[in-house]
Amino acid sequence: MGREPILSVDDYLARHESKDLLRFITCGSVDDGKSTLLGRLLYDTKVLFDDQLAALEGDSLRHGTQNGELDFALLVDGLSAEREQGITIDVAYRFFTTERRKFIVADCPGHEQYTRNMATGASTADLAVVLIDARKGVLTQTRRHTYIAALLGIRHVLLAVNKMDLVGYDEATFRAIETEYAALAAGMGIAQVTAIPVSALRGENVSARATAMPWFDGPSLLEHLETVAITPPAQTPGFRLPVQWVCRPDQNFRGYAGPVVAGSIAPGDEVVVLPGGARSRVARIVTADGDRKQATAGDAVTLTLEDERDISRGDVIAAAGDPPQVADQFAAHLLWMDESALLPGRGYWLKIGTRTVGAQVTEIKHKVDVNTQEELAAKRLELNEVGYCNLSLDQPVAFEPYATCRELGAFILIDRQTNATVGAGTLDFALRRADNIHWQHLDIDRAARARLKGQAPACLWFTGLSGSGKSTVANLVEKRLFAMGRHTYLLDGDNVRHGLNRDLGFTSEDRVENIRRVAEVAKLMVDAGLIVLVSFISPFRSERRMARELFAPGEFHEVFVDTPLAVCEARDVKGLYAKARAGSIKNFTGIDSPYEVPEAAEVHLQGGEEAPEQLAERVIRELLGEH
Amino acid sequence: MTVLQTPHADALAARHSHLKRLEAESIHILREVAAEFRHPVMLYSIGKDSSVLLHLLQKAFYPAPPPIPLLHVDTTWKFREMIAFRDRRAAEVGARLIVHINQEGVRQGVGPFSHGATVHTDIMKTQALKQALDAHGFDAAIGGARRDEEKSRAKERVFSFRTAQHRWDPKRQRPELWNLYNGRIAKGESVRVFPLSNWTELDIWLYIYREAIEVPSLYLAAPRPVVERDGMLVMVDDERLPLKPGEQPEMRKVRFRTLGCYPLTGAIESEADDLPKVIQEMLVARTSERQGRAIDHDPSASMEKKKQEGYF
Repeated sequence: MGREPILSVDDYLARHESKDLLRFITCGSVDDGKSTLLGRLLYDTKVLFDDQLAALEGDSLRHGTQNGELDFALLVDGLSAEREQGITIDVAYRFFTTERRKFIVADCPGHEQYTRNMATGASTADLAVVLIDARKGVLTQTRRHTYIAALLGIRHVLLAVNKMDLVGYDEATFRAIETEYAALAAGMGIAQVTAIPVSALRGENVSARATAMPWFDGPSLLEHLETVAITPPAQTPGFRLPVQWVCRPDQNFRGYAGPVVAGSIAPGDEVVVLPGGARSRVARIVTADGDRKQATAGDAVTLTLEDERDISRGDVIAAAGDPPQVADQFAAHLLWMDESALLPGRGYWLKIGTRTVGAQVTEIKHKVDVNTQEELAAKRLELNEVGYCNLSLDQPVAFEPYATCRELGAFILIDRQTNATVGAGTLDFALRRADNIHWQHLDIDRAARARLKGQAPACLWFTGLSGSGKSTVANLVEKRLFAMGRHTYLLDGDNVRHGLNRDLGFTSEDRVENIRRVAEVAKLMVDAGLIVLVSFISPFRSERRMARELFAPGEFHEVFVDTPLAVCEARDVKGLYAKARAGSIKNFTGIDSPYEVPEAAEVHLQGGEEAPEQLAERVIRELLGEH
Repeated sequence: MTVLQTPHADALAARHSHLKRLEAESIHILREVAAEFRHPVMLYSIGKDSSVLLHLLQKAFYPAPPPIPLLHVDTTWKFREMIAFRDRRAAEVGARLIVHINQEGVRQGVGPFSHGATVHTDIMKTQALKQALDAHGFDAAIGGARRDEEKSRAKERVFSFRTAQHRWDPKRQRPELWNLYNGRIAKGESVRVFPLSNWTELDIWLYIYREAIEVPSLYLAAPRPVVERDGMLVMVDDERLPLKPGEQPEMRKVRFRTLGCYPLTGAIESEADDLPKVIQEMLVARTSERQGRAIDHDPSASMEKKKQEGYF
């Protein structure tokens, strides 16, 4: 920007405003010279100020790898840990402008362990600059970066074959890499690949065309970035506005604020509000700069409707004649970004558009090896793995396939314990199951069955380590209830594993499924009017929470049998601890598999301290509300 | 200051200009904050970025008044003009303004001259900010930082998670894809939010010009009393500036590119006494705006370190 001729501010503003914006990422392997390339680009486009250059000179002497010459990589590796290790850990955003375009570059890490940070950068990019070291050619990392870019919908790749100076600017080397990469990219659905031979260190073909490679008559890297046309998706949906915030300053105004993510709208247009389905017409398009006659994709506006409708955050206002689908079951690609694995059946929060709902992966159809793109069978997804999954939401949402509309086709998964962002995915299409299986209406309902039995149905969920005394206490509780004339049933972990759950083992994913089935069975029994006692180790908070959420408030009572591990191990009624210590049983809770202590159990029993009869008494008092 | 005419406003509103895109993105972020947090607050530091934020805050929730209060952490060493400007603007916008001063620091007499820039900034700014956030139980704090300002800022998320101790862990940032911001936190934890992440310094000025946003006149060149100290022009804003032997304040035509504590903010000599001239001057500028900030001239990673400790 510093080089542009000085115009009047109005002229400059007009030119500044008329430039379009290209967002791109740079990615490549550890030593491909990615940061050097980007630093060179910033240097050549004169966005560096004198004091930044002075700091760079100092840093080059201290940390540089170029024998005291300017080390451009240090411009972009901003974190001290990155400078120390000489690698990029997190995505850095840089800004520069030329005569023709404005650019936001997301400089992405190349290490596999930081794939989630690369995905962060790629999710908002139109184009990827993939770097290859001319001496090394296409590597595993090249395949991974290209796959992640394609997964997130990037359809344009600029292949920068770097370090051409180290192969004597040899054309045959370049052409071989170009050909190999083109085949790879086509297989992943990348629509357009442009290969350019570069020496970032020497500045050949970065901004100025190379003099050392007369055989190459294509554009320099910067020229290509300035001129490449980014084509929008072939089909774009009609008007869509996810409601962010309901604006109610007083009784007379009720507006729905949100971004227009697709299509356009004008006052008088008919709209439908999804997933509810209410219809109305747009009354006004309100902005702080005055009412608008029209709003189009990219605007942030507030709509008012002609009719009073019950609309809240998370609803989507859409063109009535061209509405999006509504569904609660999907096929989706999912990138897992957390150290603890994705387990099918476990509940997560899912955020799509402005709506957050409960969700679980019901099935991993296959996972994709991000390095080889091989499809593999999987029961869980580990950090940085991609899976093709079936998703089930606890309520329906309006959506678009990701390929047509990123804003209503992209989602993130959030862990319900840690609140971390653990997954990111793209919706492909809705599964039709939800439409075809309807709830059967039954005339005799749970209230009628409970009345006949003269009791309030409930679920007593006993959790604790193996040998903590869960089953002993549960058994005593059931005997007491039985004696009081109550209708009960006890579901015991060991017993259920002989029948219903015979097919399940003790891996984390099988434990999740084990609990899911038992919780569903317990729910059916509570529906039938029974007081159900469940005695399962149930070591994970997520699954206990999932069980709890199946029941009405006040129906579920978590009983934590808190017996110290040492006491349980000393008892070792079934000899299991000895086997686990000897290593002949794997994934044993308390030994090599964690037990997550309940945070807010209704009943907390000190298993090592009181007699089982006293413990049972306390459970009864809780159930009967006498505590 | 004079309000500028913006002849291109009508023509520009018709299409999606670069500034319109940035504005829409920032408004989206502000609305997400209002919807997803229980006690959000906007840090208002009176400078140009804060002025833009305040303008966007009004736009995002129009016609309702801003549902998010303003917080100013007053180090007691701000330019006098800034304080007057702050009180007037908050009243005009109709936003609730909370001013916090670290009274413990005041009692101990902490200041930039007695304790040095680093200690002063830590106690009167970083610690004061944490006190204010804790005292009011704010779970989201919106700031005007931009990614083009500084290297560690370039790596910051839009929703930047902080532990209950207000610490930033740059190696464990939440992934942040698309514009799906994760506002879920446990009690005591908080999020710093940066709606201007994708704006550059030039975008800020052009937007101020186009939208005719009022900024303190300290940004415009005027004759002001200054002393030259370690290569920095320091304005003599009040009698607390201790003059060294031989130092004599002289009137020079200067302006400021950023506004902070007056003894720590260097002025630049300039003829730019209106906004168009400021923008023209910036187009040929050869130094970054943070160059005038004494606090940034610690060892290279100092911003990252300060941010880890809770600085904005």
